[in-house]
Amino acid sequence: MSTEVAEVKEVKKSEPLFSKKNRKLVSNPLDIDNPITVQVLGICSALAVTTQMKPAFTMAVSLVVVLIASSLVISALRNTIPSRIRIVVQLAVIATFVILVDQVLKAYVYDISKQLSVFVGLIITNCIVMGRLEAFSMGNKLGPSFLDGLGNGLGYGIILMIVAFFREFLGSGALFGFKVFEAVGLHYPGNGLMLLPAGACIVVGVIIWVQRSLNGYREG
Amino acid sequence: MRQSNLYIILYAAALTVVCGGLLALASEGLKERQQANIALEQKKNILGTVMPIDKNTDVEEEYSNKVKSFVIDSKGNVIEGVNAADVVVLAEYKKPTDQRMLPVYEFRNESNPDKIDFVVLPVFGFGLWDNIWGFVALQEDMNTIQGVSFQHKGETPGLGARIDSKDIQDRYKGKSIYDGATLVAVTMMKGEGVDYSSDTHKVDGMSGATLTAKGVNSMLSGYLALYESYLKRVKSGSAATKTEAVEEGPVAEVETESSDETN
Repeated sequence: MSTEVAEVKEVKKSEPLFSKKNRKLVSNPLDIDNPITVQVLGICSALAVTTQMKPAFTMAVSLVVVLIASSLVISALRNTIPSRIRIVVQLAVIATFVILVDQVLKAYVYDISKQLSVFVGLIITNCIVMGRLEAFSMGNKLGPSFLDGLGNGLGYGIILMIVAFFREFLGSGALFGFKVFEAVGLHYPGNGLMLLPAGACIVVGVIIWVQRSLNGYREG
Repeated sequence: MRQSNLYIILYAAALTVVCGGLLALASEGLKERQQANIALEQKKNILGTVMPIDKNTDVEEEYSNKVKSFVIDSKGNVIEGVNAADVVVLAEYKKPTDQRMLPVYEFRNESNPDKIDFVVLPVFGFGLWDNIWGFVALQEDMNTIQGVSFQHKGETPGLGARIDSKDIQDRYKGKSIYDGATLVAVTMMKGEGVDYSSDTHKVDGMSGATLTAKGVNSMLSGYLALYESYLKRVKSGSAATKTEAVEEGPVAEVETESSDETN
C-alpha cells in the first residue's frame, strides 16, 4: 500500500487529467494490479454475489459508484482529516454513500434495490473501497483519485462478471437468468458445486492462474 | 494542529452531524416514495398469487376492484376498525399466536359478491438467516393452492434466496393443504430434481438450501394453522355473513369492514 502512495506522489501538479500516468490509474487495476486477482482484496463479495450475473452486475455498478464518490470526498478532505481518526472518517464517508445510494434506489428503482439491498452491507466492509481511500485518495488530488476509483471499481466489476458468467453458466445453465441450454433444446442438469462458494474459489483460482501465466508474474 | 485532541473531537462531531444530517434528509425526503413502493409491492404480491401480472397491469386498479381485505383474530372473528394494510405482520409474528391480528384478502366473484373466488393469506416465518414472508392464495375449496408469493430479507443469494423466484413458487401451484380434514400444509422436500407431481402435499426442494426450505415449511404449516377456523367457516359458507357470537372482539360484517380498503 505504502509504495503506491509514494509512486503516485510523483504525478506533477499541472498534469492533464488523461496523461499517460493517469490513464494507468484506470488501466492497471483492470489487469496487472487487479484488486481481486492480484491484491486479493474483496474476495468475500466475489464469492458471495456471483452465483448469478444479475446481482453481480448490480453489485459491480454500485461499488463503482460508491468508490468514486467516496474517493472524491476523501481526496477533497485529505488535508483536513486528522490522521489518528482517518479510518473512522473513511468508514463514515463510505457508509453514508452506501446508505444514500440504497435510499435513492429504494425510492426510485424499487425492483433493483430489492436485489441490491442484501449486498449493501458488503460494500461498506469491502476492503477495496477502504484500501483505495487509505492508499490513494488520502494523498492525491481529485482528478487522479476519481480515475483510481473508477479503475479499481471496474477492475473489481470485471472479475465479478467473469466469475458470475462461469458460475451461472455452469451452475444453472443460464446467463442473466436466460436458460441457454434449454433455448437450444438441450437438457442441462446444473452443477451444484458451481453454485456453492467453493465453485467461486475454483473460478477465481483459475482466473488468477491464467492471468499470471499471461503476465509472467512470479511471487517474491 | 491536526493532531490536537480538540481538533479531532470537533472534526468527528462535525463529520457525524454532516453525515447524519445527509442521511436523515435523504430518509425523510424519500420516505413517501419508498412507502408507496412497498405498499404497491405488497398489492402486487397479493394479486400475483392469483393472476399473472406483467408490466401493463394496473396494480392499484385491479387491487381496488377485486380485493376485499379485513383483519381477523386467531378464532376467525373479524376485528373491526383495523385496516389490513396497517397490520405489520412482523410485529404480529412476535405476539403469542392467540393474540395475533391476521389480515385476510378475499377475491370476490364479480357477478356474485357473496361468493369468494380466492382467499389470499399472509404467512410469516424465519428462514436460514432472517425473516421470510409471503402470501398463499387458496381456491374456493379453501384447500387447493392457486399460487404463492415468497419474499425474504437475507437468504443466501442463489440458494435460499430462490424462494422469491417464480420457478420455485410455481411448484406450489395446485398443491393442497388439507389431507382429509387435517391441515398438513405443503412440505418442501430435501434435494432437487425429484418429480412430486403425484403427491399433493410435497414440492421439489432447493439444492443447497435445505434450511431455508425448512423455514418455509414451518412458516406455511404454522401460519395456515392460525387461519384454520376462518377457512372452516368459509368452507361451510358462513364467512360472508355474520360472524359467530364471540366472547371477545365485536361482531362485524365482512362487507362493511372491507369497504375502506382501497387507500
